[in-house]
Amino acid sequence: MKNFITLFLLLALSGGVQASQGVELQEADIDLSDNASLQRGAKHFVTYCLGCHSIKHIRYLRIAQDINVDQKKMLNDIAPEGASIYDQLHSAMNAHDAEKWFGTQPPDLSLIARSRGADWLYSYLKGFYTDKSRPYGVNNLVFEDVGMPNPLWQLQGQQKPTYKTVDGQKSIDKLVLEEHGTISDKEFDQVVNDLVNFLVYVGEPMQLERKSMGKYVIFFILMLLVLSYLLKKEYWKDVH
Amino acid sequence: MKPSRLTLCGNWILERFPLTNLWNEHMAHYYAPKNFNFWYFFGSLALLVLVNQFLTGILLTMNYKPDAKLAFDSVEYIMRDVNWGWLVRYMHSTGASAFFIVVYLHMFRGLLYGSFKHPRELIWIFGMLLFVALMAEAFMGYLLPWGQMSYWGAQVIISLFSAIPVVGDELSLWVRGDYVVSDATLNRFFAFHVIAVPLVLVLLVFLHIVALHEVGSNNPDGLDLKKIKQTGRRKSDEEEEEKILRGNNPDLKIMDSIPFHPYYTVKDLVGVAVFLLFFATVIFFMPEMGGYFLEHANFIPADPMKTPEHIAPVWYFTPFYAILRAIPDKFAGVIGMGGAIVVLFLLPWLDRSKVRSIRYRGGIYKKALLLFVISFLALGYLGTQPATPTATTFARIFTVIYFGFFLLMPLYTRWEKSKPLPKHLTYQPSLEERLPALIDTFHEVTVLTPVQLHDGTVVNKRRPNARGILNVITRLAIKLKKSLD
Repeated sequence: MKNFITLFLLLALSGGVQASQGVELQEADIDLSDNASLQRGAKHFVTYCLGCHSIKHIRYLRIAQDINVDQKKMLNDIAPEGASIYDQLHSAMNAHDAEKWFGTQPPDLSLIARSRGADWLYSYLKGFYTDKSRPYGVNNLVFEDVGMPNPLWQLQGQQKPTYKTVDGQKSIDKLVLEEHGTISDKEFDQVVNDLVNFLVYVGEPMQLERKSMGKYVIFFILMLLVLSYLLKKEYWKDVH
Repeated sequence: MKPSRLTLCGNWILERFPLTNLWNEHMAHYYAPKNFNFWYFFGSLALLVLVNQFLTGILLTMNYKPDAKLAFDSVEYIMRDVNWGWLVRYMHSTGASAFFIVVYLHMFRGLLYGSFKHPRELIWIFGMLLFVALMAEAFMGYLLPWGQMSYWGAQVIISLFSAIPVVGDELSLWVRGDYVVSDATLNRFFAFHVIAVPLVLVLLVFLHIVALHEVGSNNPDGLDLKKIKQTGRRKSDEEEEEKILRGNNPDLKIMDSIPFHPYYTVKDLVGVAVFLLFFATVIFFMPEMGGYFLEHANFIPADPMKTPEHIAPVWYFTPFYAILRAIPDKFAGVIGMGGAIVVLFLLPWLDRSKVRSIRYRGGIYKKALLLFVISFLALGYLGTQPATPTATTFARIFTVIYFGFFLLMPLYTRWEKSKPLPKHLTYQPSLEERLPALIDTFHEVTVLTPVQLHDGTVVNKRRPNARGILNVITRLAIKLKKSLD
């Protein structure tokens, strides 16, 4: 028995070691009921991301309805020039050009928040740093050697890494701002957060509805539980 | 009095179809032991989940496209554009995991109370066949969303066939219908998932229940229950016994038993409500279940050119996957993985104990079962993790324990001394009756301490009591030690 307790402890410890590897992610502040943030996020997405990335699983109309923007405002302020309210968020870049320019097609971002998670996206968008060896002059802290330029560099500025040496291995300690962008750090964090918030919403547009409906369902089942328990008691009172 | 039109219609059917007999035989006059406990909910729950999978599955096929180019997008279409599609899809995906949870607990009940032993061997065999069919169903269903994990999981598992000597490569080619997992594979898996395997499942469920109702349900005491007259006198006349089973003689019954309907139908209803509580919580609040029910990598469309960093099957296959990886040679690993399931089939003949229930078995079986449960769970965990050298060492140890539990069973169950069986079913206090004791325990582990609030008033608040907690833990430990002897 004792051996097994030891084994288990060892197992738990080895699991802990594995979990601590990799880059520590920064926490995104997601609030899907914050329509203002989602509206800003949608606008940022169209401005900075839609050039290369599509979100083919959603239409402008659905977004307008969900984040409480009227359709005219959606077309005038958020959607790109010439888009119809019934269009999906398709990038204008064609596949052939994409292959030529980036070596691969930029992925569709409909489900990126579900595969990567909000914190990863937040850290990724904040994790670009200058690296002359890369074709676009930038590398990324959480996605090494990613084939994507930093779309937000004008806002953020340029970051450069500071290094630390642990056990003779040189690794990146943290990123420091080398050249300021057009907005402050705090404003930039807000931009990234809004973008991530929007991507989380787009990953599962009905998630707020799902959660609010869940409360009623649970309540109903609790009622069912009470009634069925009383019924059982009534039937079983003569069983000894 | 003239019978009503409805009665006439009913009679018209009853004269032509043995509805009354069927109902009586399997419900109203099917006698079940009256001391079924928590572990006996999972049979009816498995049936409930099966129905859930059928209904939601049918709805999903109405919008799903079994085509490598369209499959992934059609699932997202269901999630976003089909009315209530997200609910149906989550019910189906959560149902798959729930099915395995329920079935694993159902099988564990068998291990606890010896439900696989004479005369219920065939029920166990049908049950095991159901388990195998269920695994096939789940495996093929998992390919259909055509995500990265669907694709590469199928790729890895089908390539296992190629480990078989001589015919291996040809066989895996035949299963896939292509050199890699492709549209052809998706189409045939769709066919198997939506019609072929479900038919097998329904047939096996039917056989499982018919076989059960032929010999009667086991009970937590593992006693053989005699057929008796209402007066309590034992009835030996075979013809009379036959009648009891047919349900034609209401003054005969089985000792310590009650009719399944209404007693267990209403009791199972409580189980259903509790199950639905958990089921709905997952569906509405955590449908991905932290990446265990819906894996994160499966939200990326299948890409034959990009292998994910870490391929792991869904949680319910991971114990077997861990065994596969623990064995160094690929073919031996496949044999080991298959063997892990084959030994379960042999259980009725491996167990030589004279008693069925764990309540009257000796200490060895109890300890062996505990080790088995620990190793099964540990293998399940290791199967989700990358195969580091340490993890592989542990997986090997637990694999040995897994097989040791079964293969040494003929020895240790013969050695051990069982306890005497009672004459009648024993009665264990229900949760409700334990409530006063639980409240006492709560009082023991907490202590009332006066706390001064910000406005100056003093209130008595419950705070944890270290001494009490220690006492309770010691008591539990002693009890655990005793129950293992």
